[in-house]
Formats: sequence, C-alpha cells, structure tokens
Amino acid sequence: MSSLTAPEDTTTPPKVPDARPPRRSRRHLFPYLIIAPAVLLELLIHIIPMATGFWMSFVELTKFFIRRWLEAPFVGLENYSIAIDLNTPVGQELLNSFLVTVAFTALVVGLSWGLGMAAAVALQRPFRGRGVFRTLFLIPYALPLYASVITWNFMLQRDTGVINHVLVDQLGILDGAPFWLIGDNAFVSVVVVAIWRMWPFAFLMFMAGLQSIPGELYEASAIDGAGPMRQWRSVTLPMLAPVNQTMLLVMFLWVFNDFNTPYVLFGSAQPPAGDLISFHIYNASFLSWDFGVGSAMSVLLLLFLLAVSLVYLYFTQWKKEKRNA
Amino acid sequence: MRETTGEKIFRTLVLIGLTLFVALPLYVMITTSMKPLGDVQAGFSWFPSTITFQPFIEMWSTVPLARYFMNSLIVTLAATLLSVAVATLAAYAVSRWRFHGRGPFMTTVLSTQMFPGVLFLLPLYLIFVNIDTMFGVPLVGTRIGLIITYLTFSLPFAIWMLVGYFDGIPRELDQAGKVDGAGNLTILLRIILPAARPGIVAVAIYAFMTAWGEVLFASVLTTEDTRTLAVGLQQYSTQTNVYWNQVLAASLAVSIPVVAGFLMMQKNFVAGLTAGAVK
Repeated sequence: MSSLTAPEDTTTPPKVPDARPPRRSRRHLFPYLIIAPAVLLELLIHIIPMATGFWMSFVELTKFFIRRWLEAPFVGLENYSIAIDLNTPVGQELLNSFLVTVAFTALVVGLSWGLGMAAAVALQRPFRGRGVFRTLFLIPYALPLYASVITWNFMLQRDTGVINHVLVDQLGILDGAPFWLIGDNAFVSVVVVAIWRMWPFAFLMFMAGLQSIPGELYEASAIDGAGPMRQWRSVTLPMLAPVNQTMLLVMFLWVFNDFNTPYVLFGSAQPPAGDLISFHIYNASFLSWDFGVGSAMSVLLLLFLLAVSLVYLYFTQWKKEKRNA
Repeated sequence: MRETTGEKIFRTLVLIGLTLFVALPLYVMITTSMKPLGDVQAGFSWFPSTITFQPFIEMWSTVPLARYFMNSLIVTLAATLLSVAVATLAAYAVSRWRFHGRGPFMTTVLSTQMFPGVLFLLPLYLIFVNIDTMFGVPLVGTRIGLIITYLTFSLPFAIWMLVGYFDGIPRELDQAGKVDGAGNLTILLRIILPAARPGIVAVAIYAFMTAWGEVLFASVLTTEDTRTLAVGLQQYSTQTNVYWNQVLAASLAVSIPVVAGFLMMQKNFVAGLTAGAVK
C-alpha cells in the first residue's frame, strides 16, 4: 500500500510558500518607499510648523526676536494668560471674536445643510431641466473664492450695490441706505456670503449620497403608505447618516477656520461684528507683531476644535455601535 | 411612484429661491463687467446703459494681470500634478499593504485637515526663511515655496479619497497582473490607475480649485513678482477709485476656466465623492 503512494511523495517537491527572500524584503520596503514623499511633505508643511507653532506659543516672539526667532526667550504660559485675560482689550477681543465665530459657524453650517438637503431632495427625481439646475447650483462651489467674495463686496456697497438698490429703492423695506460692511450688519453680510459659498458643497455631498439609496426602499415605503415627509424621515435621512456624519464635521472645521471670506470681504479693517477668529489671530499676530500671543491663540483654537471633534466622533461612533449591537 | 402636488410645490419653491440666490452675484458680476465706470459709480442699475468690453481690455494694464495669471497658472498646475502623483503613490501603499505606521499615517493626514491655517502660516514663514539662510534655497517669495505649500493643502483630501477608490478595485486584478509577472509599479500604472480614473480626475480638480482660490498663504508668501491672482485682484482699488467694472471683469475672466473645467468633470467629482466619502 505504502509503496504505491511513496513515489508520488518523493517526486513532488516540498511546497515552500513564497520561497523568494530578495523579492520578499523588497516588497516590505516598497510601501515605505512610495509613501515617503507624502510623509516628507506632511512633515515639512504640517507637522514641523505645527510643532514650531506650539513652541512659539511659549516664547516671547515680539518684533525684537523675529529675525533671530530661535533665540526668543521662554516665557512659559505668559502668552496664554495675555490671550485670555478678560481685563485687557486683547482678551476681550478674543472672546468677542470666539463668540462671533461660534454664531457664524452655527448659522452657516446649519443653513448650508438645510439648503443643500432641500436642493438635493428637490432634484432627486428626474424632470425636465434638472441638469441645468444641478449645474447652476454647483457654480458657487467652483468659483474661486476671491472672485465670488469680491463680487459680494461690490453688491454690499452702500451707494452702488445691488442689495441696497433692491431693499431700499425698489422694495422700500429699509429706510436710508445702511452700511453692510461696517457696524453690526457686517455679521449678516459675512454669514450670507459664506452660506452662498458653502451650501453647494452640502448639495454635492447629499447628491452623491442620494445616488447610493436603492429606489426599492422608496417603493416599499410607498406601498406601506408613507408620504413624502415620512419617506424623508424614515428612508432618506437614515440612509444619509454616514454622509451627514462626515460632512457636518468637515463643514464645521472649514467654517470655523474660515479666514478667506472675512479677509476678502472686509479687507484688513474688519468690524467687530465680523471678526472671525482665524482672521482675528492673523491680525493680532501681524498688526501688533506679537507672534507668541498669536500662536497661543492658535493653539487654544486648535484645542477647542480638537475637543469638539472628539466629542462629536465619540457620540456618532457610540451611537453607531449601539445601533449595531 | 407618482409625484404628489405637495412635492411639486416644494420643488418649485426650492428651485426658484435657490436660483435667485445663486444667480444674483453671477448676474451682477457679468453685467457690471460690461459697464463703463461712470455707470457703475452712478448707483446700481439692472441693465448697462451701454454695453462695453472696454473693462476687459483695460484690466490688463491697470494691474499686471497677465503676470499674476501666469503665476497662478504655474503654481496651480505644478501643485496639482505633484499632489496627484504623491497622493496616488501614498494611497496605493495604504490600500494594498499592511505596514507599520499605516494607521498613524492616515490619522495624521486626516487630522491635519482640522488645523487652522493661521497656525501654520507664521511657523512656515519662519522655517522657509531659515531654510534659505541655512541651505541657500529661497522659498519665501518664490513660486517653489507656494507650490510646496499648496501641494500639501490638497494632499490629505486626495489621499483619503484615493484610498477609498483603490479599495474598491478588486485585488484579483492585481493578482492577475502579478501572475503575468508585472511589478508593483506596473500594476499601479496599468491596472489601478485606469480603473480609478474618475477618482484621480476628481482629486486633480479639487487640488486645482484649492490652489487657484487660496488667499492667506499667497498674501504672505509672495512678492510683487510672484503674486497670484488671489492677491493681485485687490489692486484694482486705489485710494481714490475702485475700478469695479475691471475688478469684476478680471474676476469673471479668471473664473471661467475653473468653472468650465469643474462643470465638465462634475460627474466624476460626484462619483469620486461617492467612493471616497459616502462609504
């Protein structure tokens, strides 16, 4: 019996999996090799500057030390206490700017979310002209930021802008042409402009998300007697939950850090009502040439964003796990 | 499934409202760019008293727009190409290999998205200055410095999106390539890249738009010679006058290529978002 099987055993060479040592080691090296450029660039532009920024928040980096910034004296937490001291204009202005930014972010993210959702749902069914609206609604997202914000700046001019022309001259809703870019109205202006730019992103994300919902779900729910509102609540919203989670966080971070909108809209003389925090920190650093305090403010901003993001992720992930359990 | 009347009313209202909101600035931009300056300064009017293309001619000499345009084009194209190349390689590694540091790399890359740009700006400026004095490589005020900066702005998003895309390409395709004796780079170029083309195009568009529209770093890291459009457009306002018709003509002119490119590729972009973000 065994003599019959024995020849087979000896003729088949023993199978050694992956018996090619040189290739194997190269294969291990390969991913590191091709990821290296990305790592180097991230280090140069993100990681090292961030570490430097962190260090800068602990040193006295006023204009006297800018030229030899590596020798700036260590001052511990002094920059932080200057930044948050509410008895001084610096602290009060930072607090004002923070509160303005919180209100700005809540309004811009919330309304962009609503407009984006409304547009995506309105364009969900095929109808004549759908492509035209879809294209039109994406234009604000594609326009370079400065081009659209400069146009808004012109529209909001007190004497020559279209906004006052419509509200005061044509509709008569307001008396006496108000200023939109200085004073308290500046807040309304920057919110509207930011929404104009931001909502198409929500629309785009929702459109992408809606494409992945199978039509059968709507048909099945219609058979069960669900109306459009009910379908939206019980099919669309739950199916869009993953899109929503990512998108809300990303929009929150973008809007909270928005520098470009106030910078182009207001120029360098931003009104207190439109003093968004990134712009405020930029001015605090470059106008008073105190980069130590400016860095301390940046680090505080980063810690705040980090805390909000972690809490948000904790709750969304926690909810997801609970649902799966 | 029929559409109810309520849905039709909802749709009509939403479309009218949003169309007015979106179209108003576009209308103002286009019509104002065709008005004489006197017309603009006389107060807003819905229609130009005379249609003139003079602003489109004058805008080149009021401000060195051609130079800014070239600067923007060079910086943006270089940043886009490099960003796509670097992101493709990194995403390929992350998608196809389980190596040490893979998780931390992705976490780091994604979390850099949340950092306020203003936190990087000054350190980066000082680091660039130091690199210049220590190694003699000028970065501040040069196009190279701006290219490197913009390159990394789009990198996190590009890597994130491409990993999602590559993950969706079946590994059987790679293995078939290996059986045929193809090396890793050949597999990337011949199998992965063609299959992921919509994702790559989407990432390229994103990188282009990010760099073309950036203001903050361009305002600090450029000099008169290397200034980009984003910063240069602000020079149409002098102390006595703002040449609104020319500003808006220039804004319109620099927007058209980007908007046209985006709209042509929008299907790819949505598909890319679906693969990268929606999953």
